[in-house]
Amino acid sequence: MIRGHISRITGPVVIASGMTGSKMYDVVKVGREGLNGEIIRLEGDQAVVQVYEDTSGLIVGEPVENTELPLSVELGPGLLSSIYDGIQRPLPALAESSGSFIARGISVPGLDRKKGWSFMPVVKPGAEVKGGDTIGTVMEFHIEHRILVPPNISGRVKEIQEGEFTIEEPVAEMEDGAKLSLMQKWPVRIGRPYQRKMDPDTPLITGQRVFDTMFPVSKGGTAMIPGGFGTGKTVAEQTLAKWADTQIVVYIGCGERGNEMTDVLAEFPELLDPRTKLPLIQRTVLIANTSNMPVAAREASIYTGITIAEYYRDMGYDVSLMADSTSRWGEALREVSGRLEEMPGEEGYPAYLATRLAAFYERAGRVICLGSEGRKGSITVVGAVSPPGGDFSEPITQNTLRIAGTFWALDTSLAYRRHFPSVNWIRSYSLYLDSIQPWYLTAGYKDWKEVRARAMYLLQKEVELQEIVQLVGPDALPESEKAILEVARMLREDFLQQSAFHDVDSYCPLEKQYWMLRVILSFFDRLNQAMNKGVPLRKILSLPIKAEIGRMKELEDPKRIQSMMEEIDQSILALEAER
Amino acid sequence: MSPQSLVTKQYRTVSYVSGPLIFVRNVKNVSYGEIAEITLPSGERRRGQVLDISKEMAVVQVFEGTRGIDNFNTKVRFTGEPMLLGVSPDMMGRIFDGIGRPRDGGPEIIEEERLDINGRPINPASRDKPSDFIQTGISVIDGLNTLVRGQKLPIFSGAGLPANKLAAQIARQAKVVGEGEQFAVVFAAMGITFKEASFFMRDFERTGALERVIFFMNLADDPTIERLATPRCALTAAEFLAYSHDLHVLVILTDMINYCEALREISTAREEVPGRRGYPGYMYTDLASIYERAGRIKGRRGSITQLPILTMPDDDITHPVPDLTGYITEGQIVMSRDLFRRGGDPPVDALPCLSRLMNLGIGAGKTREDHRNVADQLYSSYAYGRDLRRLVAIVGEEALTDLDKKYLKFADEFEKKFITQGDEDRDIERTFDIAWSLLTLLPEEELKRIKREYIQKYHPSRKK
Repeated sequence: MIRGHISRITGPVVIASGMTGSKMYDVVKVGREGLNGEIIRLEGDQAVVQVYEDTSGLIVGEPVENTELPLSVELGPGLLSSIYDGIQRPLPALAESSGSFIARGISVPGLDRKKGWSFMPVVKPGAEVKGGDTIGTVMEFHIEHRILVPPNISGRVKEIQEGEFTIEEPVAEMEDGAKLSLMQKWPVRIGRPYQRKMDPDTPLITGQRVFDTMFPVSKGGTAMIPGGFGTGKTVAEQTLAKWADTQIVVYIGCGERGNEMTDVLAEFPELLDPRTKLPLIQRTVLIANTSNMPVAAREASIYTGITIAEYYRDMGYDVSLMADSTSRWGEALREVSGRLEEMPGEEGYPAYLATRLAAFYERAGRVICLGSEGRKGSITVVGAVSPPGGDFSEPITQNTLRIAGTFWALDTSLAYRRHFPSVNWIRSYSLYLDSIQPWYLTAGYKDWKEVRARAMYLLQKEVELQEIVQLVGPDALPESEKAILEVARMLREDFLQQSAFHDVDSYCPLEKQYWMLRVILSFFDRLNQAMNKGVPLRKILSLPIKAEIGRMKELEDPKRIQSMMEEIDQSILALEAER
Repeated sequence: MSPQSLVTKQYRTVSYVSGPLIFVRNVKNVSYGEIAEITLPSGERRRGQVLDISKEMAVVQVFEGTRGIDNFNTKVRFTGEPMLLGVSPDMMGRIFDGIGRPRDGGPEIIEEERLDINGRPINPASRDKPSDFIQTGISVIDGLNTLVRGQKLPIFSGAGLPANKLAAQIARQAKVVGEGEQFAVVFAAMGITFKEASFFMRDFERTGALERVIFFMNLADDPTIERLATPRCALTAAEFLAYSHDLHVLVILTDMINYCEALREISTAREEVPGRRGYPGYMYTDLASIYERAGRIKGRRGSITQLPILTMPDDDITHPVPDLTGYITEGQIVMSRDLFRRGGDPPVDALPCLSRLMNLGIGAGKTREDHRNVADQLYSSYAYGRDLRRLVAIVGEEALTDLDKKYLKFADEFEKKFITQGDEDRDIERTFDIAWSLLTLLPEEELKRIKREYIQKYHPSRKK
């Protein structure tokens, strides 16, 4: 055991002397209270430690003990529906031991030691297994929690038992004497291994029109949501956590508001997953390190989150991970770096910011998991970014842009006029359009790409026309261009806008999205035809069917929306007949 | 803290004084964050806090400034305690200085408890969801950006704009409909002028609210560094009232820009790497440790609602102080110079305003079922009307379509009738009445944000 003592304290950073033999990223216990910390720099016999708890009251000379273990999380049944702080301490357990306010120096294991789980083996004694193979299953709510052989173990199973076990009790023994239990530990800063990565080919369906239809992200892809305050980043992240079609969701509240986490905690047990009809909380792991909780633990929280996500991915599940907000994580890096008196890079951020960001986002992906079964799993990462002053030229936004596959740019001016989600359709993009197009074809949306492209063209055209209108007024435009303005407005208001709080509109199935877009575009086509036959634009726009289109987001049945194409045709035919 | 600190030692080893900081050599058993008592050669005593310690040196920030401190005779004693505030319900009606000493000439407080002013973070799992609608009697807040109990909602103001008047009006009129009890108010003044402070005091006096207000006053000519402790003292007193005495507390913090200036001063004196505009990189975390102390806690009756006021330098909402505040608080009320000039009272610019917790406090059973829809409709119509104003400036009103003219009229009337209200205390029904009567200016099929059943039920044309 390496034992040293504190020689300097400055904010969340403590310098300990007499630590010869320590390794980088070893977990240490600081002071008499045994505060958790991690070594982030070594200099001679001195170790620089970032402490995950408040350092007030520490005295120079207090002991520092090195556990000689890296920062790790506990992985096993019991993770789902839990809420943890940044270093995987369950918050309800902390509340039990220290009340409503978080005290220091409390160690609580991440997983419940007492709870029994009913284990069902799938291999027999004598079977040859290797890292990643399933040896049995446990039911965690409705999720089949596969108990996997840890990556570094292989051999012949000597003994395996069925029955009820706690997470620490051995369920199987290998011939070489290694014992397997329901729980394993994994260091958070090292990605869990897999066989190989695959290209993305399936979209993540979120039930949000502007995401699914206009700027989709693939399962195993990465997306970023930057936006100034009040543009709806958190609502967007929470909406994704609610409706994304993955079996598991990991939600990280990194340096954000406490009341937001309360909101999730209160809402998720009541909301039902539209696919399984089970409470959303049963597929969710929450990590809450709010802005007033210790800053170093904020830095650790996103690694804790993604390691848990990788664990479920290894079982062959699709996992989505929402990190709100990665900027706060970057600021935690900056704060610690400042205390270390490192040479600052851009805006005071450390020079290794880009490397760290890239390493985090690269842990997303669609993979063939370890083990002989060839399971496929994926992690989709959606990171919110909070650029200071809403200025996208700042380092975190710019460095994330280089990595993320989908860019959902939130726009303050859209938010001001309550256009939500405030995704700017001109600035946003998705790099996955081509790779997921075959999926849309097989799902029966043969012309999805063309329909989307036409809508985007009209929206783009609107911007150009608006510039002219700003100069010369709307009257100067020919009727055909006025028609484009009107239809673009319909696209914005009747398609892109979507209320996260409306009982029907909050989740829009893909089929409905598709037909809504088709209806608007067919209105545009019929309108042009009618105008060519001499019907005035004003008359077409005052048709009652136009108001109906404005209300179609409230309809539940896609067939009803589809039938509107016929109605449009009829009512415009009637106008044409009048002439 | 620790047993050793019972033996207190005085050090005469001040070796270096820089700005608000003193560096004390050869200290032993000093803990991080503890309070030091500094005795000047003149015999005057000041207090300071340990910011950094190593074997050789302790860095102490002196709250009352370093004027008169020398590096030979000055004595420093470390108390072994963090900064504590003695609290008691008797503090109501009293005035304290920025670090909690009586400044109204009254007797010392007989304290019930001594609490660490830094508090401790609320466990997110122990927080209770804010859900009680606070009726402020101000339409633009109640109708469009509803405040709920346990929320932190700052007012972003500009130099010369009447943010104080609005804050005083909220403090005066705020109530939860159906409950008789009024809010206790904790008022923290940081670097504001005597005139501003006395405005609040007179207003509370006039309305008879004074005996439920605690004042913490650090005025413009008081020591700068003391300001770092002022909001923390105020929130400690507020937490005590809320969680030990079941009161609903409204905390007014003004002016946060002065607080941040003090933070910057300390950071510069410590020669830290500066972030944007010289403010320290940890300002977000520091501000969060103040704002996040608002809220409600499961199993306790009281609550803390925060109303910080800050003056945006040059009306710039992207300045680091309003920017970081907006990222932490649950919305913002933004004042507009343009509307102020045109006679808006309160001159609140509705478009950048936001209340993130609004949905928790409105709807059937709380305000009215059509609240969300009406607010959305007002917003989008007003935003469109405002866009048209810009267009009119270029092409003239004649070039507009009939529909657009209606929107233009709507935007004007909205500012005159809905936002502007002066000292009137409007109940929520009155706010809805005004909203619906404004919406009749627009054709009914334009009201896309409102459910048809609500139009049937509430549209004035349907009422006889």
